[in-house]
Amino acid sequence: MSIAFILGMPLIASALILLPLKQYWAGVITVVSSLVILVLAVRVALFVSTGKIVTSALGIGLLKWVSVDGLSGLILLLVAFIGTTAAIYSVGYMAHGNFPPRKIRIYYINFNLFVFSMLAIPILAEPTLVWISVALTTLTSALIVSFEDTREALEAAWKYVVLSLMGAGMALFGFLLLFSALQASGSDAAFTWSGLAQAGPGMPPALLQVAFLLILIGLGTKVGLVPMHTWLPDAHSQAPSPVCALLSGIETSAILYVILRLFPIMQATPGAHATTWAIVLGLISAGTAAFLLLQVGDYKRMFAFSTVEHMGIILTAVGIGAAGADYAALQQIISHSVTKSFCFFAAGAVLLNLRTRKIASVRGLIRRSPFTGAALVFGGLAITGAPPLAVFLSELSILRAGLSQTDYVAMGLLSLFILIAFFGVMLKINQMVFGLPDDGVMQNTPYDYTVEHKFRLPFTCRLAMILSAAPVLVLGLYVHPATAAEPADSGR
Amino acid sequence: MTDQLLDNLNALVTGLFLLTAFGIVAMRQTRGVLNLFIFQSILLALSALFLGLRYQSEHLYGVALVNVIIKPLILPWLLKKTAPEEVYTRREVNQALNIPTALLIALALVILAYFLGQPLLNAVAPEFRGPNVPIGIAGLLLGAFTITVRREAVPLLIGILAMENGAFLSGIAISRKLPLLVELAIATDGLIVVFIMGVLTRAVHRHVGTTAVGELANLKENVSVPAGSEEAG
Repeated sequence: MSIAFILGMPLIASALILLPLKQYWAGVITVVSSLVILVLAVRVALFVSTGKIVTSALGIGLLKWVSVDGLSGLILLLVAFIGTTAAIYSVGYMAHGNFPPRKIRIYYINFNLFVFSMLAIPILAEPTLVWISVALTTLTSALIVSFEDTREALEAAWKYVVLSLMGAGMALFGFLLLFSALQASGSDAAFTWSGLAQAGPGMPPALLQVAFLLILIGLGTKVGLVPMHTWLPDAHSQAPSPVCALLSGIETSAILYVILRLFPIMQATPGAHATTWAIVLGLISAGTAAFLLLQVGDYKRMFAFSTVEHMGIILTAVGIGAAGADYAALQQIISHSVTKSFCFFAAGAVLLNLRTRKIASVRGLIRRSPFTGAALVFGGLAITGAPPLAVFLSELSILRAGLSQTDYVAMGLLSLFILIAFFGVMLKINQMVFGLPDDGVMQNTPYDYTVEHKFRLPFTCRLAMILSAAPVLVLGLYVHPATAAEPADSGR
Repeated sequence: MTDQLLDNLNALVTGLFLLTAFGIVAMRQTRGVLNLFIFQSILLALSALFLGLRYQSEHLYGVALVNVIIKPLILPWLLKKTAPEEVYTRREVNQALNIPTALLIALALVILAYFLGQPLLNAVAPEFRGPNVPIGIAGLLLGAFTITVRREAVPLLIGILAMENGAFLSGIAISRKLPLLVELAIATDGLIVVFIMGVLTRAVHRHVGTTAVGELANLKENVSVPAGSEEAG
């Protein structure tokens, strides 16, 4: 029952925002609705963590395709958590931006619909319906990516929509092939993730292979895998920061989850090389992004490229293909989601403060706004995998799992890329936070360094940042007994 | 009607489908591209109808009905409501490639589609074999190609929808029993695509003064990235 509420809440919230209330209420409604979703998602997650599967009791219409197991419960929880922190952050961010009330209303309506489409991805178990949810994430977020209505924001939104939908078209054909493969297998299993995994061995390998590649490339566009990533840094840097946190933090992971769902199906197919594809694409993405990180000039684009890098790392971990590596990949999804959303909150705080996205125009942040500066350093350290934070632990488990599978070359490259990314990001953050103003660079900055002016971040923004920093710290310090044990060597 | 006749009719319709896909790549007038797309959707519906009659599948009648109502009727109306009036009068003169080159590449893509389709056809039962799968793949590839060479908003949008049409043309042959509800949802999704892209086009037209959205691409690096640092993004 709570599943139906989870999906219903954002829709109800969007409808309520349409009521002619004071604009203040739009934010309050969104925050309350996301808190309710979070509570329900925690309940569902606790339920599925015991190994049970939530299905809808009502066997009618769309509801018969609803099913949440452990993996989807995890994604559901992450969507709900980041949805909540982003909603809280939005309140302060929007109030600070001098936007007309009508635009703010449109923002919150789209925000809720966007969260709805992302919640639907893990909840639905019928692949073509999941495809529709994925397409909906693009469509519901397009208008908030272009929210600021500048030339660049519109261009970013346009690229985002065109490339994502192009990928979606490819993936649609892949899902239709998956359906025909299921029919060709002669099994009467339902067209759901579990039904497909069950019928896996009987399906014609040719169909499965083509379907897998089409879906990997089609949805990979949305995940931001190189070379289909070109839209990502644009969209993830031009959108308002709370939306960036959603786009980068969870949308990419939620869609990667759909790709992950194919691996149990592909495993039964001999000669499908699904894991090889994952490792190759993963390493290319992580490597390209690491080198691009060295030369970005815009700090929001920097975090966006870091998302591409992390998606590559996760896909590589999946490609290693052992139980320990799968566990590590999930750990990395969790730690990336919470950390990246924090990073974009910190980047948004800098943007609210200084009104510029250029790294070269930001110097000495720590003196102007100690909270923002400290948050940026924390975010940078956390996302590049410094101990004792969440990403460090998850990257460590990926490397450990890879080495125990004797994937020395892949792990060597991966650690090299992680190292490059660390220096790329921290060098720039160090300049921004502690660097001294340099006259040559600073000529056309929009603010005056000589004037002592302290900036105070809105309270809700601070609250959202503290809330999302908590799991980054906790997941870095607390090691679950299952991870501490040696990863099992026995395949999946 | 005999099965032979239905097969022939289906072959005729899918052949015309391929021609419209070529037209969408090359036609310059925006209005012409839209009309070709409408014609293509009707052909898709006809193919679903013929296959439905051939294999007595009521389900495919539903697909035909959904396609014939949503794409030729509701979709152009919605586009008219959302996108600025100017898009219809536009004539695209500066495509990324000139038309003969684009058509040659399109031809190569069709041959590629036949090669890609062959292993798929071998993997399914004989009753699923027919012209639909390779032509559907060709439609998908030509749609993607349209997106890469076009710069005007509406032809780009039509490219996306043509990809979906291509996927469906294969789909009605090989995944015949897909629930109608899902088909309906996918078609509705197409409407949302039109709505969102129409609204975006309107915003671009208002703020930038053009509907040739493809040309926005060059501005990016100069505006938001300081000189001296280049990015692939």
